[in-house]
Amino acid sequence: MDTFVQQLINGLNVGAIYALIALGYTMVYGILRLINFAHGDVYMVGAFAGYFIALSLGLAAGPSIFSLALVLLGSMIIAAIVGMIIERFAYRPVRKYSRMTTLIMAIGVSLLIENLFVARIGAAPRAFPDFLGSQSQPPIHLFGNAAISKAQIIIFLVSIALMVLLQWVVFRTKVGTAMRAVSFNLNSAKLMGINTDAIISLTFAIGSSLAAAGGVLTAQYNPNIDPLMGILTGLKAFVAAVLGGIGNIPGAVLGGLLIGAAETFVVGYGSQIGIASTYRDAVAFAILILVLLLRPSGLLGSTVQEKV
Amino acid sequence: MPTFLKRILGLVVVVALLIGMNTFMGREGLFGFGLPYYYAEIINLTGISIILAVSLNLITGYTGQFSIGHAGFMAVGAYSSVFMTVYYSEGLEQSLTGLVGATLAQSLVFLGVIIFGALVAAIAGLVVGIPSLRLRGDYLAIVTLGFAEIIRIIILNIDRVGGATGFRGRVPPWDGRLIIPQYANFIWIGGFAVITIVVVYNIVNSDTGRALISIREDELAAEAMGINTTRHKVLAFVISSAFAGIAGALFGHFRQFLHTNDFQFIRSIEIIIMIVLGGMGSITGAVLGAIVITILPELLRKLPGDLYSYRLVIYSALLIVIMLTRPQGVMGAKEFGLSWLKRPQRRPEGDKPAGEKGVPIAQQPATAVIDQGKEQGKEHA
Repeated sequence: MDTFVQQLINGLNVGAIYALIALGYTMVYGILRLINFAHGDVYMVGAFAGYFIALSLGLAAGPSIFSLALVLLGSMIIAAIVGMIIERFAYRPVRKYSRMTTLIMAIGVSLLIENLFVARIGAAPRAFPDFLGSQSQPPIHLFGNAAISKAQIIIFLVSIALMVLLQWVVFRTKVGTAMRAVSFNLNSAKLMGINTDAIISLTFAIGSSLAAAGGVLTAQYNPNIDPLMGILTGLKAFVAAVLGGIGNIPGAVLGGLLIGAAETFVVGYGSQIGIASTYRDAVAFAILILVLLLRPSGLLGSTVQEKV
Repeated sequence: MPTFLKRILGLVVVVALLIGMNTFMGREGLFGFGLPYYYAEIINLTGISIILAVSLNLITGYTGQFSIGHAGFMAVGAYSSVFMTVYYSEGLEQSLTGLVGATLAQSLVFLGVIIFGALVAAIAGLVVGIPSLRLRGDYLAIVTLGFAEIIRIIILNIDRVGGATGFRGRVPPWDGRLIIPQYANFIWIGGFAVITIVVVYNIVNSDTGRALISIREDELAAEAMGINTTRHKVLAFVISSAFAGIAGALFGHFRQFLHTNDFQFIRSIEIIIMIVLGGMGSITGAVLGAIVITILPELLRKLPGDLYSYRLVIYSALLIVIMLTRPQGVMGAKEFGLSWLKRPQRRPEGDKPAGEKGVPIAQQPATAVIDQGKEQGKEHA
């Protein structure tokens, strides 16, 4: 029971971060029908932005919620700008072409960001300062041996707060209404006087800043950040978005949490049923394949009829 | 000249060229002129890239199904064929040597394991293709990626092929060859590159090829015209995977060392860059792309100091620039320099292969492709 609770805590923690990244995928896909391959790299850019902000402001490691908030906010703003630049200069010019073209463009942008970072700052991992003191402070024991660290609590709370904020923006504000209109039908939205380019740009900004928040929070949990950290995490987050039903915001959160939990359970219990923990990274893809075969629209998604 | 004579002549020329090149690239050289091993290696790897690019072009360029898992099928072919060579071929080769001599015995064994690798890769292609080709567009892309990644992780967990330490030869508790023999040389690699090109060329210019192109242009319309789209897509996928398997088998027996890191996501992307650069739906374009993308990093190696570390940045920037300026690829769907290879004109002027006139198919009337397909079908019936 202890192990189960412990695995569940760890899994939901990883899952919360997948969910944050998955939101960006799902929002962009909902509007442009584009798998934004560069999104995982925006997550990486966010982590590095946080790292360099901390470095340049001389924020040393040590328990300080204020430092974390500052770094989090700064990296979210930088990532939002990066996301808008990517949209403006890479995706907008090819929007009118076929989906394969835009997909290859997304892969190109992703490779460019990764390789630019590898060339500029090297592929060796860097240590992100620990602002939550998760190493020095003892974890809080729940019951039995299951424990939850302060870092985990804060990661979870910040993730939930951001998701609630997003939900509010999308469903309770004018901009959110416009976003939903654009995702429903881009051309009709344009005819209704919505500045679709601005809305798409804003969608990228919001999605990217959430990914950056995911990057900084991950770094509080696992301090090694490197330029290629976004590839696998990004793919898994995409799987989370598909699992929940792509284009569906609560679905992305649900999918993220499920993927995170499934992964940690395979590591924790897999050996008992003959699955080595090295299969951890295959779990998300196996889930993806099953979902697409059994319920291609995802858990919360609705089927879309193809029109001729 | 009769067609069959032309073909025999072509075959003789190709074989002579391959043998000549191979001797030139070998240790002794041709007439005293040899090529340093470094260059010979690049040429051989280019040949393998050509097989990969041309075969991927069949599924992505002609059928329009975006697959980013080609490296996975290459891995299947590489590991399964090398596995056979290391563990099950030694005795066979010895007994064959007694019958037909060492060289022929070795060639027969190698041919056997290549075919085995191709078969296993084709089966993997079938297993992956049947469920995933029901999906469209970007979902297919992500599923092929997922399958390739799963294949890689499974191989990584098989102890008998070395797992994470890589596969050089037998793994101690099991008995077999100590090292992977270097069976592959330019005759094999170049030969299979030619075979791949010829096979894909013939498929594309057959009625099956017309069906594939019509699926690319409009899947719903193709289905409405009575084309069994799923069957054709799976067929293209299986053929494409089999050739990727052959490329893998050649790669394994050339490098004499396999590691799952050679078959990662980035490898699949590299093959896509080749066909994107060359033009999707152009065989010569894919060949050109394979040559450029394999040789370019080696040329960039010559760049002064710091610039070398930017080679991958140049790569990806190139991809973006091509997509921005020429999304159909440098060659588009055009072919070049192949007119002398074509059969004598039997078709009427207006019935050329799709896209050959230099007009992208998307700009032709929607009915053109399908009409051609039907006529082609009658001709063969």
